Amino acid sequence: MIYDVKNETLPREDMEALQLRRLKSLCERVYANVPFYKKKFDEKGVKPQDIKTLKDVSLLPFTVKQDLRDQYPFGMFAVPKDQIVRIHSSSGTTGTATVVGYTKRDIENWGELVARCMMAAGASAADTVHNAYGYGLFTGGLGAHYGAEALGATVVPMSGGSTRRQVTLLKDFAPDVICCTPSYALFLAETGLEMGIDIRELPLRIGIFGAEPWTNEMRADIEKKLGITAIDIYGLSEIMGPGVAIECAAAQDGLHIQEDHFLAETIDPVSGEPVGPGEEGELVFTTLTKEGIPLIRYRTRDLTTLNYTPCKCGRTTVRMRRVTGRSDDMLIIRGVNVFPSQIESILIDTEGLTPHYQLIIERQGNLDTLEVQVEVNEALFSDEIKSLQRVESKVMKNIKEFLGVTAKVKLVEPKSIERSLGKAKRIIDNRHKD
Amino acid sequence: MKVDQLSIFLENRAGRLAEVTRILSEAGVNIRALSLADTSDFGILRLIVSDFEKAKAKLKEAGFTVGRTSVVAVEVNDQPGGLNSILTMLQDAGINVEYMYAFVQQSGDSAVLIFRFDRTDQGIELLRKNDINIIPGDKLYAM
Repeated sequence: MIYDVKNETLPREDMEALQLRRLKSLCERVYANVPFYKKKFDEKGVKPQDIKTLKDVSLLPFTVKQDLRDQYPFGMFAVPKDQIVRIHSSSGTTGTATVVGYTKRDIENWGELVARCMMAAGASAADTVHNAYGYGLFTGGLGAHYGAEALGATVVPMSGGSTRRQVTLLKDFAPDVICCTPSYALFLAETGLEMGIDIRELPLRIGIFGAEPWTNEMRADIEKKLGITAIDIYGLSEIMGPGVAIECAAAQDGLHIQEDHFLAETIDPVSGEPVGPGEEGELVFTTLTKEGIPLIRYRTRDLTTLNYTPCKCGRTTVRMRRVTGRSDDMLIIRGVNVFPSQIESILIDTEGLTPHYQLIIERQGNLDTLEVQVEVNEALFSDEIKSLQRVESKVMKNIKEFLGVTAKVKLVEPKSIERSLGKAKRIIDNRHKD
Repeated sequence: MKVDQLSIFLENRAGRLAEVTRILSEAGVNIRALSLADTSDFGILRLIVSDFEKAKAKLKEAGFTVGRTSVVAVEVNDQPGGLNSILTMLQDAGINVEYMYAFVQQSGDSAVLIFRFDRTDQGIELLRKNDINIIPGDKLYAM
């Protein structure tokens, strides 16, 4: 079943014509209404009227998360404040929060898009949706809620937490669909077993899971332990929230991007140049219809490939491969964002050389530990223990000072850090292994 | 008057030291003197060998990080006080010993001390002024 047959099955030429029309109008709007974008366009020497074909999107400037932070709170808004009917925001635990605003029309569109997703996942107006995404500033809860209502389904606005109560309501209300994070789904199944309730025996048949990266192995595990079809939904608050893309139940092979609302590109994360379909790149979105906070070429940092081949579900929209990596290699260690490039800069600043290094993250109890292994080379080497130990403690001190993370620094022999395909593997994260 | 010492970085892993000695053995290089300093994570192996250049080339080829350090070899009588008199002399002159190691020669009547000074040239000058027997590199390598 397809919720919006007209827009979800547009022939490619028609979709591109629609996208181009919306892109042109978007450029005019942001150029006229968002000083940030006027400046960015002017710096690149591009005018809204320079957009003549869809490919011309590559003339436009990128937008990054830091831009949203710099414009905190309302600097990216493209409409007067009185037209904004809702605000969502990231938690801001790792810096200034990013704020997004929605007009009435944005909220309606969002609901429609999530309704499309739910139907693609196999849900219908006759179903009951148990929504265990958190309600509040986080986009997950309200996004799924409005989508389920737009679909015409019955919503149980459960929000997160109270796990035993959730299990009880899954049994008593007998919902058909559940929305939550994939890891929470597994936790619900375990809690159910502790309570003597086997979720596999309930009528629940579909899970719509997002907000964290997960693997196909985890999908198989969830499907087995809950006796449901597990569907991957993708979104990010900067672009809209959940509902930017969804896997269809018919194929479960890539996520259909809602292309009439979001223009997707994949780029080389280093050069910024577009990469072809089927080639891995960083996913970049331009919001084609958003009024409150339209974004031009927003760099998601998520790595994926785009697949334009027809899907057996009948939708013609482009599909993105499940996201499993990020272009910025960002690590979160004890709540602190750490980029390998920052460690590299510290190593270079400390001894004036570009060493091979590797980050090893472990979890001991509930605490993350970071070990930085640095390969010794002839420039760094000394015949005296104390000068090598001085290097270790200097690097440790600088990491603590600049990143706020305590790391153990360990010197290792050259070539002892594995090179995969000529490229050093910088991160070994052992936290998520069972 | 200086002696070339080979320094090798070793991770504290089983078999690393044996790997070094295997390479030297296969290259036909003889070890004259050896010292190993270590921490919980790594060690530094210091060697005086019969053929410095060959040993260095072979070890580098095998991926080891190696360094060259100038040390001073001193011959003293193998009897109580032999080392003490030299250390006292150095202390009075304000020359710091970064590290040292020693071995006794086969003939049995003298010991060889290998010194790494903070100021190598001043150290040599001091020892010479006091008529201490410094063993030149080429002699030591061929011992």
